[in-house]
Amino acid sequence: MSEIRRRDPRREWIARNRLHPEHASVLAALDGIEGGGATSEWLGPSGVIRKNPRAVGFIGPSGIKRIDRSGLQSGSQPTVSAMAVSGDSRRAVNIAEPAFLVAVVPDLIGGRLSAHDKDMLGLARRLADVDVGRPGAVVAILFCEHKEEALGEVGIDKVLHFNEAIYAGFAPEVRLAALTTVERELAPRYWLFPDSPLGGADLGRRLALRLNERPATGVWQIEADNEALLGWRCTARGAAGSLDIQRPLPRFVLALAECAEPVDETRHAAERLSIAGVTPTTLSRIEDLGQVAVDPAGVALAEAEFILSGGNGVKNWDAFHHAAKVLGATEGASRVAVDDGFMTRDRQVGATGTWVTARVYLAVGISGAIQHLQGIQRCDKVVAINLDPGCDMIKRADLAVIGDSAEILAALVGMVEQRRGGQRDAA
Amino acid sequence: MQPEQQGLEVAVLVSVGRHPITGRARRAEQDARGVELALTLASELPGTRINVLHAGQQDINSEVALRGYLGMGLNSLTLLEQPEGSDAIAALAAYLTKALPPLVLTGTRAECGEGSGLLPYALAERLGWPLVNGLAAVETIENGVVTLLQALPRGQRRRLKVRLPAIVSVDEAGPVARQSAFGPARRAKFIVTSAIHEPDRELTQWHLAPARKRPKRLKIVKAASARDRFKAAASKAGGKSGQVLSDVTPEQGAVAILKLLEEEDVLR
Repeated sequence: MSEIRRRDPRREWIARNRLHPEHASVLAALDGIEGGGATSEWLGPSGVIRKNPRAVGFIGPSGIKRIDRSGLQSGSQPTVSAMAVSGDSRRAVNIAEPAFLVAVVPDLIGGRLSAHDKDMLGLARRLADVDVGRPGAVVAILFCEHKEEALGEVGIDKVLHFNEAIYAGFAPEVRLAALTTVERELAPRYWLFPDSPLGGADLGRRLALRLNERPATGVWQIEADNEALLGWRCTARGAAGSLDIQRPLPRFVLALAECAEPVDETRHAAERLSIAGVTPTTLSRIEDLGQVAVDPAGVALAEAEFILSGGNGVKNWDAFHHAAKVLGATEGASRVAVDDGFMTRDRQVGATGTWVTARVYLAVGISGAIQHLQGIQRCDKVVAINLDPGCDMIKRADLAVIGDSAEILAALVGMVEQRRGGQRDAA
Repeated sequence: MQPEQQGLEVAVLVSVGRHPITGRARRAEQDARGVELALTLASELPGTRINVLHAGQQDINSEVALRGYLGMGLNSLTLLEQPEGSDAIAALAAYLTKALPPLVLTGTRAECGEGSGLLPYALAERLGWPLVNGLAAVETIENGVVTLLQALPRGQRRRLKVRLPAIVSVDEAGPVARQSAFGPARRAKFIVTSAIHEPDRELTQWHLAPARKRPKRLKIVKAASARDRFKAAASKAGGKSGQVLSDVTPEQGAVAILKLLEEEDVLR
């Protein structure tokens, strides 16, 4: 149309102001107009990356050139593409022809891989990737339903999923039968189990002895060793944690937490696998009659699974105790509630009280002093009910509801009671 | 109780423990809990005979430790004598196949030696008996079926029905062992029988050393730019925040919380 380049000062101002709500869209539009402009980085004729430092950055409001290396703000093309790459820079790995297999049986507590499971998978990757040219594949053997979506991101090449109802609960004999079939059909070079009281320690020992092998238990370190039969040497804890045993790595390994770094640089295929010949036997000498209702008040606070914790924001303590009873939660308290005499000292959560490990921590009217947040560091899910939207507990929480704690708790109790009642009717 | 249950025999496998600080021989914590369970069972079911078994050498240290169990209220202990460094599994399996006690209680793992916790599993495999770990309490024994409570992590309990004969291992969730009395411990007798000697050759080839402290895991920050690394080092951890519901009615908030509780499966 015309040779004159039109400027829009307002748009330029928005492009400089990274806090402006339209910043991103304006930036993209400006990019389109300029048509890429000068590239700041390209591959030279001799294969060397060349850079033009003058093309990097933008002119700030005071007319000085600014370079923002965070990648958050810049109109130039290269940084945007770099951002896209950093979004998923993990290398995709697909092992089509594995040289051997490494079987891992994670605990899958509550359907999720625990940190211990991820460490085990990291260890499995170390064993599988010993020879870069001929890598092995990691086979994860999962029992029952799970909630993990990205199994490939923790280093699993193949997944073997036993999803029948007979594997649920305490069914060591049925699980053992399935694993012996896996051993017969796939013959993995290594079997890895987490040495945890949640199931891995039990199942791993059963399988190893069924197959007449002596496992290494409590392994916390492995090193390459050419003299050993399988090429590895391991260090294991023995004698109630007072001995370090160095031995050649056997086929069966029960490893402690933090035995290896979890996988984070690669993405694996996590391809589904199925094997024939698994005949689930229902004939078992051990019958699981299900979990027994345990009085939640009797469970030690440090190992409780679900804690309802009250703080300064709780005014009606009778309703709070009732809610804990209905929800089946162990009661906890912040320091203020204990100091004011509403709860006993042994219920205090935090640096001076108990360090809790609950899967779900429901904090009612607790603003989240740093000592309290230290105490709940190891909780998986934190739910906060609070009036103050700016408090530290809200920042920590996975789900925060802003509102009056008494009303919300009453509504929650009502819903749970209704749900229980409905279930009873249905039954 | 019915007459057929009168003669229930319980074998308790005990080992020589090691005090974690002084290193002295003592009764092992978990095995003592096993003896405690057996004694409770004997007081509930009259006529129960408790046979305490130990496979190992007889010397002054082990005698002090084993008398610790006897002082809990037992008259005798069967000692399967073996020289040092021999495998206890073979001796115990041979003895149990002959004696055939319906219920065998044992600790989960030993406090000295390899301490791998394999013994109950190895015995169960050799004898072909079912095995249950983490016993918290025995509820009833009827018609050759024992109903027991298994301890799960986080203070939970599971009820199991196991057909006898069975091996049941006890860990820290079992009842605390009663105090050992000196006089009864001195008066109780050892019944010594010699057992098979099968040296544990593999164990002698391994290198044993006092446990060294495990290295603490470092927080490794894999960042492309210096700015990201600096931010990771300088900023407070756990910056990501979850879902915040503001301006909602109490019912909507409660629905959201209930949904999370159901997803996590903590409502029972």
